[in-house]
Amino acid sequence: MAENDAKPTLPKKSGPYISSVTSHGMNLVIRGIVLFFIGVFLALVLNLLQIQRNVTLFPPDVITSIFSSAWWVPPCCGTASAVIGLLYPCMDRHLGEPHKFKREWSSVMRCVAVFVGINHASAKVDFANNIQLSLTLAALSIGLWWTFDRSRSGFGLGVGIAFLATLVSQLLVYNGVYQYTSPDFLYVRSWLPCIFFAGGITMGNIGRQLAMVSVEGGLTAF
Amino acid sequence: MTLTEKLRERISRAFYSHGLLCASYPIPIILFTGLCILACCYPLLKLPLPGTGPVEFSTPVKDYFPPSPDVVSQQGDPSERPDWYVGAPVAYIQQIFVKATVSPWQKNFLAVDVFRSPLSRVFQLVEEIRNHALRDSSGVRSLEEVCLQVTDLLPGLRKLRNLLPEHGCLLLSPGNFWQNDRERFNADPDIIKTIHQHEPKTLQTSATLKDLLFGLPGKYSGVNLYNRRRVVSYTVTLGLQRYDSRFLSSLRSRLKLLHPSPNCTLREDSIVHVHFKEEIGIAELIPLVTTYIILFAYIYFSTRKIDMVKSKWGLALAAVVTVLSSLLMSVGLCTLFGLTPTLNGGEIFPYLVVVIGLENVLVLTKSVVSTPVDLEVKLRIAQGLSNESWSIMKNMATELGIILIGYFTLVPAIQEFCLFAVVGLVSDFFLQMLFFTTVLSIDIRRMELADLNKRLPAEACLPPAKPASRSQRYERQPAVRPATPHTITLQPSSFRNLRLPKRLRVIYFFARTRLAQRLIMAGTVIWIGILVYTDPAGLRTYLTSQVTEQSPLGEAGLPPMPVPGGVLPAGDPKIDLSVFPSDPIQLSENQTQQREQQAGLETLTEVTWGAEDEEIWRKLSFRHWPSLFSYYNITLAKRYISILPAIPVTLYLNPQEALEVRHPQEANRYHPFLSSTGGKLSAEAQPDQTSSRLHGHRDVTLYKVAALGLASGILLVLLLFCLYRLLCPKNYGQNGLSHSRRRRGDLPCDDYGYSPPETEIVPLVLRGHLMDIECLASDGMLLVSCCLVGQIRVWDAQTGDCLTVIPKPRLRRDSSGIFDYQESWDHSPDGKNGLDDSFESSHQLKRMLSPPQPPLFCDQPDLTSLIDTNFSEQVKVAQSEPRLRAVGGRQKEAGYDFSSLVGKVYEDEEGGCGGRRRSLGDESLSGFDKSSPLPSWGGDFESSVWSLDLQGNLIVAGRSNGKLEVWDAIEGTLRSSNDESQSGITALVFLNNRIVAARLNGSLDFFSLETHTSLNHLQFRAGLSPAVPICLDVGVLGCLCSPLILSSAPRLLTSASRGPQVFRLEDSCCLFTLQGHSGAITAVYIDQTMVLASGGQDGAICLWDVLTGSKVSHMYAHRGDVTSLTCTTSCVISSGLDDVISIWDRSSGIKLYSIQQEMGCGSSLGVISDNLLVTGGQGCVSFWDIGYGDLLQTVYLGKSNESQPARQILVLENAAIVCNFGSELSLVYVPSVLEKLD
Repeated sequence: MAENDAKPTLPKKSGPYISSVTSHGMNLVIRGIVLFFIGVFLALVLNLLQIQRNVTLFPPDVITSIFSSAWWVPPCCGTASAVIGLLYPCMDRHLGEPHKFKREWSSVMRCVAVFVGINHASAKVDFANNIQLSLTLAALSIGLWWTFDRSRSGFGLGVGIAFLATLVSQLLVYNGVYQYTSPDFLYVRSWLPCIFFAGGITMGNIGRQLAMVSVEGGLTAF
Repeated sequence: MTLTEKLRERISRAFYSHGLLCASYPIPIILFTGLCILACCYPLLKLPLPGTGPVEFSTPVKDYFPPSPDVVSQQGDPSERPDWYVGAPVAYIQQIFVKATVSPWQKNFLAVDVFRSPLSRVFQLVEEIRNHALRDSSGVRSLEEVCLQVTDLLPGLRKLRNLLPEHGCLLLSPGNFWQNDRERFNADPDIIKTIHQHEPKTLQTSATLKDLLFGLPGKYSGVNLYNRRRVVSYTVTLGLQRYDSRFLSSLRSRLKLLHPSPNCTLREDSIVHVHFKEEIGIAELIPLVTTYIILFAYIYFSTRKIDMVKSKWGLALAAVVTVLSSLLMSVGLCTLFGLTPTLNGGEIFPYLVVVIGLENVLVLTKSVVSTPVDLEVKLRIAQGLSNESWSIMKNMATELGIILIGYFTLVPAIQEFCLFAVVGLVSDFFLQMLFFTTVLSIDIRRMELADLNKRLPAEACLPPAKPASRSQRYERQPAVRPATPHTITLQPSSFRNLRLPKRLRVIYFFARTRLAQRLIMAGTVIWIGILVYTDPAGLRTYLTSQVTEQSPLGEAGLPPMPVPGGVLPAGDPKIDLSVFPSDPIQLSENQTQQREQQAGLETLTEVTWGAEDEEIWRKLSFRHWPSLFSYYNITLAKRYISILPAIPVTLYLNPQEALEVRHPQEANRYHPFLSSTGGKLSAEAQPDQTSSRLHGHRDVTLYKVAALGLASGILLVLLLFCLYRLLCPKNYGQNGLSHSRRRRGDLPCDDYGYSPPETEIVPLVLRGHLMDIECLASDGMLLVSCCLVGQIRVWDAQTGDCLTVIPKPRLRRDSSGIFDYQESWDHSPDGKNGLDDSFESSHQLKRMLSPPQPPLFCDQPDLTSLIDTNFSEQVKVAQSEPRLRAVGGRQKEAGYDFSSLVGKVYEDEEGGCGGRRRSLGDESLSGFDKSSPLPSWGGDFESSVWSLDLQGNLIVAGRSNGKLEVWDAIEGTLRSSNDESQSGITALVFLNNRIVAARLNGSLDFFSLETHTSLNHLQFRAGLSPAVPICLDVGVLGCLCSPLILSSAPRLLTSASRGPQVFRLEDSCCLFTLQGHSGAITAVYIDQTMVLASGGQDGAICLWDVLTGSKVSHMYAHRGDVTSLTCTTSCVISSGLDDVISIWDRSSGIKLYSIQQEMGCGSSLGVISDNLLVTGGQGCVSFWDIGYGDLLQTVYLGKSNESQPARQILVLENAAIVCNFGSELSLVYVPSVLEKLD
């Protein structure tokens, strides 16, 4: 109750440890690193999910199957997620509308879980055709946005990211830099934008939470 | 009223009455809910337990045909046919079961002879099988046509490339060890080594290469050096693509013809189809584990928000139970209505929890908790429920809508998920409303009861007897939590962990969570579990047999046990045979041995076929077939294989043959086989030992590993235990007697029993007051104190010297003044000021100082003589004592303070010079303002100083008789006074040249101080009720302390029974009256950020925005009055009559933690910097880190044991603290603590 009508919080002054952390550049770097590792981790796990569907059923070695895709894919995902995660709070600040909707770690965790769930569904559930898959994933992604974000700027940025990422990945594929393991090419193309959109929203959510935490000086809350 | 509003009101009303109901009858409702849960979970009992064990189904061999791939068109009895029995199997497995022995056995044979020649026959047998062809009317069919053609091995299995067949028939035999080449076999000097070279060194759970090639568990093969039975068994395993009954029967009959097994009782009438469930590999496990980790993080972050309740963990548990049981209920309900779950439960479970969520529960808790505490429990619950009813309903509708959308995706898997989620949501709502609400009401009621029990009387500020306070203090930590409901001391550990040194923190973490112990325990359990599971005779076989029995037609596969009557010794338990068909060796061994008794030197070994040989593949690991096929990248998950009845082959080899195949090296290496007659007696005497030895190579290593692991585990436990004891010598969790407390006993300590370093700082003790000190004021340089009798002393805040004493006027003619005087000198901390020294030094000093500053000391000479007389003839100077003493004090101060301060003051206030001169010139105290006539001293006899303030070197004192006096701090002269009102001044604020005085009658007087130290009275009558009780007005005047704000918009604050009022200092204009407190205001605070805090008699604290006059937040803080209130940029710190100091988050109004103070020290607190709080105790002060609530240090002041409680703490600018211990003041510098912090 008291939380709702409280004034926007003053930037807390805190202990020496935190204040060294909250110095602006340092803070940015730490956030970036955290986001990068989250991105790499998610990329590896989700890649594994897709592998299960498409490649060998009995991978001879788990480690090799984790790193079966090109080595640069997880770092790229990590970098992208760091950029997105920093971009969202930055955009909030520039637009002057701080994101206030459900700013809690539990909500962020929920969001990540739903994101993994969407990936899981796309990997495990057999759909009748690709249109159905696309529609379902799109509905789920929009649901994700509505449940955890609900900001127009977030939606716009998410769509932009999805478009850009799809474009880049398609260009890479056409130029032969990267290949899908799946022979079913349409299958991949039908879920890619939705996954990118949901991923953008999720990483933005994490980034915003991290930004808020560091503003409040409580990396302790993490 | 729109429809929405109507609906909203109705919902709210329904929830309200529901809350009332729940809180009124908690126990029946919980019982009812429990029954509901049980009833809904009842259908779950019928569900088979999930497991990855294979399922079997057997059909007779006679007129078997592969099932058609179409489910619908299947004929026959559908009830007996499992769902998976559709389509052709992955493969048909035909095993040719070979038992071979050398007969008759000669005594001088070597141990290797037992298996070398029998194994050598496998090549011949494989050749026969390979070349078998059926010739009939349709032509010639060879094995190549029916067998399962395999391709490459998986790329990771290069080392097995030579051992497993590639690009051809899947035909496995022990001969594969030697690439099916007899020559290689003959040239192999060490068969055992060859066989075991691919055995994994460590424990394994899946099938090994030996198992695969032998086709039966290793210990049945008989290929070891201790084989007493001298029968070797192995199989030739054949994978078939198609089922060709004629080909197979011809193969069977041919092999039987070639190698007859006369006493074979194997049944050959049924095909067993084994269906394998989907497996969970590590690759699949990683995403699963990830989702579970996310789930737990979600639950953790959610339940962490539960706050302000009696038992945080209890409620968190209730929340989790609510969600879990709602899931169980939904599964049960779905089963009841015929929707059997086909989804993998473990996989979708985290998502279900996330979808259902813990949010509602938390929202409910928060809403209930935030209702006013003073309401009845029932009403609180009802109010909280109805407050949140709309949002709960809205959320639920939204979720249902989303799920409905999901349902229309028309993907079966998603539809099923949605169905479950809907039922789960509804049952979750049901449980929230009935179960959780009730639990919450019970919790809140417990809290209230605990309150009532522990409630202190509101005026319990008088300190109890010493032992009582001691004992209370002693069990401080345990006592705090039950005593004060709001005192959820230091909830999240993350708040606290940062402050301690890292090393300690790690150790505390280990100690607190008992991480090491738990890890070891878990490790041991897992270790034992692995051991039990992998033990070949143990759980796994039992499980497999259980699975077999559970499978609907599995019983049919197990034939009735033919018990060889008479042969068995009487003691042999039959039950072993029925449940654990894993002990056949002993049985056969007995048989063999009995036969051996009849045979003589040349033992005739006979191959027997018993029940234990029936379907020998059952004794294999249930991962045998999946791992075999997985080598060729063929999955058996969700598919089945058909295992055809084995073809028995019995081989008898004569000794000649055995001798022929013997390798030349073997004769040297192995001793002759243990004589059967010699070993027989011992074997019979110790059957257990023998059988354990018979288990052979693999099992021995297993037990070795187990023993080694156990030993190392124990060692590790011991080691860690020692380390633990070494590192953490304290007894955590035992807050009792053994705690090593100091002689003073009662150090405050935090949850871990961590007593902070305590130091003894020798403080500057400022003695001089006869009575208890009542008021303290300071401006950083000077410190002014006033005792009960009205004596004002001015101290140097740096050195602790008494600069001036302004006596209570009554003492002027009091002879006791001498004593007072003496005392003051005696206790002067500086020895230089002792009687002897000052006698002479004052002369010198005076001469040294006088020349450079002539205007200041223009009329000093006669004074020095006075001082001299004072010092020499103390007894005689009674009359002029106070005045002289004051002057002396001033003189003394000037002696070593180099008077820069004084000089500046004099320059500033030259106007006062005349007055000073006059007062000094007079015998009596005549330094009064011109405007006010000299009051009679008689009127002052009863007056005491109620309030003090200090600015520059001017002291403003408000007396109980309504008189306002302005004194010069250095000289101790009265600059001016005002006594227009008779009403006592309870609070004073002195800013710039304004003095604001709050009077007992409720009026607020504004004075302005002219440079000539006259008081111009601008009285402003605040519209207060005149009869404000004293206790309300004391100390309720706060002001802006920052000059920065003062210059721009100075405001002033006072308070009344109806709420704080905000005044502007400049024009005495009342800006706001802040409404909201139910009682009178007892403490206020205001600072630069224009946030105003006020605490009232009702124990509530309100935060206001001074700019708009709106209430920012409202907290119920204390039982009884709020006695003092201060803020840092992030926290609000309050203390109350209940001797608890609470720290609140300023922005959210959430309580961070609270500190239980000693009795009587409740309001002694001060903020040194933004994160350092100092509180007073019994003869000590404690420093706390505000941000994390850590106790940093406790400083004992002085060594005396009769320590008084610190009643008041004043923090000076230069990191010094002034503590008021009764009649003494202690001036403490705390550089060490500050260094650590800043």
